[in-house]
Amino acid sequence: MPDKTLVIKGGRVIDPSQEIDEVTDVTIAGGKVQAVGEATGHAAETIDATGKIVCPGLIDMHVHLREPGREDAETIASGCAAAVAGGFTSIACMPNTEPALDTEAMIEFVYRQAARADLCNVFPIGAITKVREGKELAEMGQMVRAGAVGFSDDGRGVASPAVMFRAMQYATMFDKALIQHCEDPDLAGGGCMNAGLTSTRLGMPGIPAMAEEMMIQRDLLLARNTRARYHVSHVSTAGGVELVREGKKRGIDVTTEVCPHHLLLTDDCVETFDTNFKVNPPLRTREDVDACIAGVADGTIDCLVTDHAPHGREDKETDFQNAPFGMIGLEVALGLYVKALITPEHCDWPRLIAMMTINPARVLGLKKGTLEPGSAADVTIIDPEMTWTVDTSAFRSHSRNSPFGGWSLKGRATHTIVGGRLNHVFSHENVVSAQD
Amino acid sequence: MTGVRHPAQDAKRLVATASGTERESVAWPHRDLLSLEELTADEITVILDTAEAFEDVSTRSVKKVPALRGRVVVNLFFEDSTRTRTSFTLAAQRLSADVIDFTARTSALNKGESLRDTVRNIEAMGVDLIVCRHSASGAPYLIARNVNCSVINAGDGRHEHPTQGLLDIYTIRQAKKRIDGLNVAIVGDVANSRVARSNLHGLLKLGAEVSFVGPTTLVPKAFEQLGANIYHNFDAVIDRFDVINMLRVQRERVTSNVFPSLEEYSRLFGLTNERMKRAKPDVLVMHPGPINRGVEMSADVADGQKSAILRQVANGLSVRMAVMFLCKQAADVG
Repeated sequence: MPDKTLVIKGGRVIDPSQEIDEVTDVTIAGGKVQAVGEATGHAAETIDATGKIVCPGLIDMHVHLREPGREDAETIASGCAAAVAGGFTSIACMPNTEPALDTEAMIEFVYRQAARADLCNVFPIGAITKVREGKELAEMGQMVRAGAVGFSDDGRGVASPAVMFRAMQYATMFDKALIQHCEDPDLAGGGCMNAGLTSTRLGMPGIPAMAEEMMIQRDLLLARNTRARYHVSHVSTAGGVELVREGKKRGIDVTTEVCPHHLLLTDDCVETFDTNFKVNPPLRTREDVDACIAGVADGTIDCLVTDHAPHGREDKETDFQNAPFGMIGLEVALGLYVKALITPEHCDWPRLIAMMTINPARVLGLKKGTLEPGSAADVTIIDPEMTWTVDTSAFRSHSRNSPFGGWSLKGRATHTIVGGRLNHVFSHENVVSAQD
Repeated sequence: MTGVRHPAQDAKRLVATASGTERESVAWPHRDLLSLEELTADEITVILDTAEAFEDVSTRSVKKVPALRGRVVVNLFFEDSTRTRTSFTLAAQRLSADVIDFTARTSALNKGESLRDTVRNIEAMGVDLIVCRHSASGAPYLIARNVNCSVINAGDGRHEHPTQGLLDIYTIRQAKKRIDGLNVAIVGDVANSRVARSNLHGLLKLGAEVSFVGPTTLVPKAFEQLGANIYHNFDAVIDRFDVINMLRVQRERVTSNVFPSLEEYSRLFGLTNERMKRAKPDVLVMHPGPINRGVEMSADVADGQKSAILRQVANGLSVRMAVMFLCKQAADVG
């Protein structure tokens, strides 16, 4: 850990955790934030952040790393490289690996591989049930001792209300959130895209919005009765957003998150049969997109996530119905959020950054997402005006399954500092990474 | 017509002289036929006219023209269908093409890899035209993206079955001498039917009215936005239709709870002699086959005076000859 002082000079420092939004300096020493404010002493190193935004390191609480099991699609190391390239200093990884992250040993394995990669913080989310089968509770207590930051069977929801009820009751002991992939499997019934006009036209089995809404509604009842901390994964429907909004009003401990593709794309994208548009929850209608944006604007939606879901070319290059769900997002998310939310003025930078820093940190109970003096020096520097074109071939991720290739975006992380160490620098002139 | 010659005239000449393949720019620009939704009314008419020109080939003693002589057509069927495959095979043979059957079994794993590799391998053997049937909607698009030869969709999932749609429309035009202004009913399991979708797009483009009739669970409301009328009470509307096209109902639908029993289905939506009494006197009855006699249609109606079912099968040959001929011509030009 470098002991020398690093000063980030003259940037617009935005730290929603302390309600800071001013042009000033951030001083880092010994891997920790020393101060936010005009730097006076001698600095061994400085970064000129004039015209840029300096904020707590971005956190993505919904990432799929494919290790163990599908290292061809992503490893913990390649996922971390993609994360820092996108400005993320911390990611939480979902347990739907092969085998699943459903034991203490698996949680420890993730920490060990992340330490080896040594690029960003990785916080594993443990499975709610053994093998994510939705039947027997996984050893949550032991996983918490090993460092699991939340629980989810992501990729599928816990179908049985009785199992979910027990899981919520049990999880309250550890003060961890249960993160539910809200999709009633009966109603979703083998669908591969949103049920609606486009699925009718294409003759594709559909997943109705109701499948999401029904599980959210059920879980809100369970959460009210168990007083569990409940987090709705990747909300995608107007009805889902409304249920969370109502749940919050009724005092239920519920939070939620949204992905960039659910703020920008609709189900008619599928008409090309391009499998990069196959994602779960599926791309919905314009009305749903507008409701998700409104949910961000009024604070119903707490966090922005990517649901980064890598798949190898050979897996995605099949017909739409048989292709796996998922698209990658770590390296494009920030620019996509700017396009979806900042440029059309649905929210401002402080709110956007809150949704990518302190809010997910709170959901997962992490001491992250802040520039408070003494906290680990995870800092992201963003050039809000930089325009760039998405080139999937330049991704650090092992996978290329993004439908955003060729998109022109504005806003990009230029520096990603993790624990005081500069792990990624980007500019149009030179691309340097700590790994290169 | 000057300059661009109508391909139907090409076909007529071919039939007349039974010699020579001609290379000229045509009013049919497509190398592939993947759906009717993406065609214009004129393009559909070109196929119908070309099919008409090919029709007498089937009635001559020597049932061949040399249009595809030396060409290789592969029937690539990932889903069983003896009828459609046989029809394509005969059509290709009447155009003098060499025909290979490739019946592929899709394994649960690595479907995509094998599909992509399979079609690339097949093309590498010097194939000119792939006729493809697949259980997944959109699969022929994936194939067409990966090969340079022509691809004809012989049915993909619940999406489209363009040659079936064309032969249905051809049969209607043959019987009614027009399409414009007709009211065509498609009755039954519309939700799961690629035949219904191809008919819908083709018929609407040519000016017909399309009415979907069936239980609410099998005739989704969303089809209204695509231009169809939706009815759930067959008896109340049966007298409006010039054509009634009955879809096959599959027994599996009972277990997926879309209707309680075949008996009830038959009672509400089956085409019986009794129900036929309320239909227009000159109504044309069609069915894409194979028929479940006694379920969607009684034997009397299927074999009756108003039934065009066997004509549909015969017309399938001419239509498929036309489609293969036109796609090959466009591929040679482009």
